[in-house]
Amino acid sequence: MNDQSPTHDERVAGLKGLGTSRKRVEDARFTQGKGNYVDDIKMPGMIYGDFVRSQYAHARITSVNTAAALAVPGVIAVLQAADLAPLGLHWMPTLAGDKQMVLADGKVLFQGQEIAFVVAEDRYALADAIELVDVDYEALEVVTDPFKALEPGAPVLREDLAGQTKGPHGERIHHNHIFRWEVGDAPATDAVMAGADVVAEEMVYYHRTHPCPLETCGCVASMDKINGKLTMWGTFQAPHVVRTVASLLSGIPESSIRIVSPDIGGGFGNKVGVYPGYVCSIVASIVTGRPVKWIEDRMDNLMATAFARDYWMQGKIAATKEGKITGLWCHVTADHGAFDSCADPTKFPAGFFSICTGSYDIPVAYVGVDGVYTNKAPGGVAYRCSFRVTEAAYFIERMIEVLAIKLGMDSAELRRINFIRKEQFPYQSALGWEYDSGDYHTAWDKALNAVGYDALRTEQTQRVADFKAGKTRKLMGVGLSFFTEIVGAGPVKNCDILGMGMFDSCEIRIHPTGSALARLGTISQGQGHATTFAQILATEIGISADLITIEEGDTDTAPYGLGTYGSRSTPVAGAATAMAGRKIRAKAQMIAAYLLEVHDNDLEWDVDRFVVKGVPERFKTMKEIAYAAYNQAIPGLEPGLEAVSYYDPPNMTYPFGAYICVMDVDVDTGVADIRSFYALDDCGTRINPMIIEGQVHGGATEAFAIAMGQEIAYDEMGNCKNATLMDFFLPTAWETPHFTTDFTETPSPHHPIGAKGVGESPNVGGVPAFSNAVHDAFRPFGLTQSHMPHDHWRIWRIAEQLGLHA
Amino acid sequence: MAKMHLTMTVNGKAVETLAEPRELLVHVLRERLNLTGAHIGCETSHCGACTVDFNGKSVKSCTVFAAQAQGAQITTIEGIAGPDGMHVLQQSFREHHGLQCGYCTPGMITRAYRLLQENPTPTEAEVRFGMAGNLCRCTGYQNIVKAILAAATEMNSAKEAAQ
Repeated sequence: MNDQSPTHDERVAGLKGLGTSRKRVEDARFTQGKGNYVDDIKMPGMIYGDFVRSQYAHARITSVNTAAALAVPGVIAVLQAADLAPLGLHWMPTLAGDKQMVLADGKVLFQGQEIAFVVAEDRYALADAIELVDVDYEALEVVTDPFKALEPGAPVLREDLAGQTKGPHGERIHHNHIFRWEVGDAPATDAVMAGADVVAEEMVYYHRTHPCPLETCGCVASMDKINGKLTMWGTFQAPHVVRTVASLLSGIPESSIRIVSPDIGGGFGNKVGVYPGYVCSIVASIVTGRPVKWIEDRMDNLMATAFARDYWMQGKIAATKEGKITGLWCHVTADHGAFDSCADPTKFPAGFFSICTGSYDIPVAYVGVDGVYTNKAPGGVAYRCSFRVTEAAYFIERMIEVLAIKLGMDSAELRRINFIRKEQFPYQSALGWEYDSGDYHTAWDKALNAVGYDALRTEQTQRVADFKAGKTRKLMGVGLSFFTEIVGAGPVKNCDILGMGMFDSCEIRIHPTGSALARLGTISQGQGHATTFAQILATEIGISADLITIEEGDTDTAPYGLGTYGSRSTPVAGAATAMAGRKIRAKAQMIAAYLLEVHDNDLEWDVDRFVVKGVPERFKTMKEIAYAAYNQAIPGLEPGLEAVSYYDPPNMTYPFGAYICVMDVDVDTGVADIRSFYALDDCGTRINPMIIEGQVHGGATEAFAIAMGQEIAYDEMGNCKNATLMDFFLPTAWETPHFTTDFTETPSPHHPIGAKGVGESPNVGGVPAFSNAVHDAFRPFGLTQSHMPHDHWRIWRIAEQLGLHA
Repeated sequence: MAKMHLTMTVNGKAVETLAEPRELLVHVLRERLNLTGAHIGCETSHCGACTVDFNGKSVKSCTVFAAQAQGAQITTIEGIAGPDGMHVLQQSFREHHGLQCGYCTPGMITRAYRLLQENPTPTEAEVRFGMAGNLCRCTGYQNIVKAILAAATEMNSAKEAAQ
């Protein structure tokens, strides 16, 4: 007879499934220095490659002298565009439908651009040789301002596009124009603006910054000339897409290409794109027949691999005098740099920026985005956010504040009276999205109560009085933010990358003794997939998470998937995991019915077993069923217990949250002390609360960095001013504030387990919370808008301009 | 460039290797001694991913020349665990979710290992200040700080019990 000793609750606890703060299985290797990152890979005969990069932001290359470099002992080759041209690889397609130089083809368009690829026996000979490559430049006029780039007399940046009035996203209206993308109803929005009680207008700039993962980008390419197989290990957030691109570029069939993402030291969007280093490493390996390693240094990473943001957002928001919002208008001038290398779904050249109506019931809206070329590095990736969602959230959360000032209203109340109401979900936004679920009022009230909002406002009023009376030199700001994200790209009907639909996948094998292996099309970069996907599966199939191995990132073994970015792993691959688990369970039910000699309809699922309805002592556990799948001939059933699911989500998911930052600002030094930061997240069903909390801490810290000091800036010559960690702000433990986390739980109605994704919410919601706090501190003195990042100097300058130093 | 004969004590073992004098210690450790736990994140001493314990001090091995390491006593993350298994700090980082991608983790733990010898009973502020040479992009430090404080408490009570 079966052993019934563990209770129901004990069996549930033993699964370590959904909702438990399971400790991470990844940590044993990482805490002992046994991770396997790309630079840890060592192969017999491996050689090294690296770039000669442009010192100029815009120049013609008149000559490249490689003789001295080639004379360095250990140097094998110096590749230039002319060497790649016969293979058609001196240019490569970008994910945004543009093309990008792999190696400078006659001219350079941004500082740090790749000119030549030097290959040598070791890193030191390589570094010596790179110094000795002599490049002659003829400097050209530089444009780093996207507005100036669109002036009639602006220099022509992309000579390769001369005369082309159409791009992949429609008409080009200027030689430095990339695309215009429009959504919504322009005439209706104009009409609302013309007839509104109140219209607030503002230019909101979300500055250029960089994801800057602690591990830079890199790869090892190895062409095996005997069997014709190309293997590439690298920092790839989307390994299958890299395989497809590598095949299309090289002509090597995908069956002869293996792409492996080993452990990845953080991605944050930086590792989605295809970079010249990958292409040159492949070519160098084909030419030399040896494995070639390319690893960026930090300067390369900050100067040349994908940046984020750089959106100039002109906005108008209309409302009744009581504060009911009646319309939203936005025009974005989007600085894409020298090539359009945005990593967005193909049909969305401005990503999901049209989520910019935010959490509010806005009946009429219009958005237009003009993409522009400048002499800056290419990119425009989703730095810890879904595609352009953080720009959208920052825009609307600033516009709400600006409107509140114009109305003379409290902005917490302004938000409350305009929130989409719980009963309106699923909600159709004016810009075409269907929000799946939400309960904004509950979350907002919880947040305001948690921070003691009314008391904070009273304290702030007193502080302003004290400041005016000369009793203090510190002001106080309360930064409010309520955000709605759009993540989980996405439905194949409208989301693809290079034609590949943005589904994701999971393949499960149950072993005879009751443990399991699951492989997914995603790849963890610190999110803890090996821990959390096992939890999803444990609850679905009744096998302890400790007995489930999760594998990702090897295209020879993992099912095809579109990778990890834009918070899509849980909404898409997490759904595939649950669906594949349900297929396992369906077959397990038939096996159990055979073993128990009953009809499958007479069985019910109970944690980790099928039980005969009404006869609790008659059951078969998944462990028993797994064994039977391999040792019994069951009529009408194939042996084995495996399943695969390719999941095409019916909709995106819409996580939301309420963030509140309280800040004290020293008017004389510009130093802002974060007194408290409260983050309430609703990511639907919670898979692992410990990991959710960790994600919120990390994303909020990145938001703190972006809002308070982190930027990629250029001088008029196009010199990148923040190319080392000396100049690019990454906060340390010392200045990073403490975060208080909280949650509500509103499941997604269309996701199999109701989960929505969380990794990017804190960056999306955090930036406006920090920025609004700075603005709020100076609001009583007349400030409506001041651009980020709010470093000490810029805060000091606000005070100076408001006459507070007199 | 001519190589020098380098002898050091790494994780309690005498090691010798040939290296160019200008070679960076982190490359000697990672490529010549196959100790890949220390990582490279910036090459400018800012990020601390390459932190090792060097003659009793926390040192960023990306800005130490091989020639400077002649005769040095070095402990890397691979030498932190004892014969009985993981060090309290390693367990505590796992217990308190003090890591995500793991890239900064060896440097963090190696630094914390020295910090708790310099100051066995640190306050939260002292931990935050003492760890400010090590950057993390994933965790926001909150759980790293928690892990180090918890490890300190545990190590101190183990010490008391032993006395």
